[in-house]
Amino acid sequence: MATRNTLHVEVVTAERELYNGEADIVSAPGSEGMLGILPRHAALLTTLKPGELNIKLNGSEEPLFVSGGFLEVSNNSVTVLADTAEHAEEIDQARAEAARRRAQESLEQAESDTQRAELIGALERAMTRLRVAELARRHGGRRIEMPHSEQ
Amino acid sequence: MASTREIRRRIKSVKNTAQITKAMQMVASSKMRRAQERVQQARPYAEQIRALVSRLANAVGEDIGEGVTLLKQRPVHNIGIVMITPDRGLCGALPSNINRKAAATALELQGNLADQGVRPEVGFVTVGRKGRDYIVRTQRSMLAEFTNYGDKPALTDATAIARVAVDAFQKGEVDAVYLVYAKFINTVTQQPTSFQLLPVQPPSKEENDDQRAVEYIYEPDARTIFEALLPRYVDVQVYQALLEAVASQYSAQMVAMKNATDSANDLVQDLTLSYNKARQAAITMQILEVVAGSTV
Repeated sequence: MATRNTLHVEVVTAERELYNGEADIVSAPGSEGMLGILPRHAALLTTLKPGELNIKLNGSEEPLFVSGGFLEVSNNSVTVLADTAEHAEEIDQARAEAARRRAQESLEQAESDTQRAELIGALERAMTRLRVAELARRHGGRRIEMPHSEQ
Repeated sequence: MASTREIRRRIKSVKNTAQITKAMQMVASSKMRRAQERVQQARPYAEQIRALVSRLANAVGEDIGEGVTLLKQRPVHNIGIVMITPDRGLCGALPSNINRKAAATALELQGNLADQGVRPEVGFVTVGRKGRDYIVRTQRSMLAEFTNYGDKPALTDATAIARVAVDAFQKGEVDAVYLVYAKFINTVTQQPTSFQLLPVQPPSKEENDDQRAVEYIYEPDARTIFEALLPRYVDVQVYQALLEAVASQYSAQMVAMKNATDSANDLVQDLTLSYNKARQAAITMQILEVVAGSTV
């Protein structure tokens, strides 16, 4: 359980649970700007935009990509309900790159505004994924040991 | 009595059938286990989002609920029923149980409203071939159909289905949407169940929920979050139902195939008995012929 000096963090998507454990600090891409959440943060509820969700504990970190969703802070625990999420090392860079290129190419031929908006969303997601993967690779930081990490 | 050769041929063919049904039983049971795991994996998110919706509904109160379309109760003239049925057969009475449940739900809803002098139209959204075939056969009105959702439905499959329901609701084509699916109780029991999908009924606060009325900081604001959250909530409910439906389908198939294997084995026993009798009769006949010939 979370003590006074750490946060309890849960990151879940509809398909699986990605993280369930402690953290010293969580940084998240809130729709109104990046958020840094420390222990004993006030109750907060926000929507998320695509970006990097970073969980730090004892000098190790766990970078994740989230495509959007909700984040709730209450009672020293952080719950992230992500639309989709991936561990940074799971990101397939080649695929993300292909998705980015595809989105960019079709954006040039987009006909309607809704289509364009959708493609811009896709492009943003692909670029963010690439950035998260790149950052994680360059950092090469120690990963948080996960006793029950999946697979 | 049939000739021994004929009986032997039948035994062979029944044994083959038993082998096939046995194999299908094993496949179904392993697929069921995996489907169950998927239900488990999806549970944390479903529970969290349910808790969040209930907390937000409490926090934002009645007044804000008025403007949120997905919550709004309105006089019911048209009803939508989303039914999740298997794509494939060989799973016993499950498809017809679900179909019957969907028809019963429609009748019940119409009956409830008949008191108020309204006769609502019911339109169906079918997921899975069995449901579609049933709606077409009984000539009911169909709003949309989905097939081939496979063994591991993704959230996007559920989103597509939910969007049809939400769109119809928002455009005013239907005033309430119900979901009918086979709830997975255990390996041998599946319960066709129906519940109201739209307008969303915020889950009541759980008793052991120690969240007092916490004052949240909202970013951007409570209403925007609530409006973004509700469609997700509907998606997740459909997704859960879809996952459970797959588990139910395979558990029903497993039981059906086990029954088939058992009766095939019984049949083989019966046939073996008749075969032995026929063989014995033939031998006796031959001996009688020999004896009859030698005494003359």
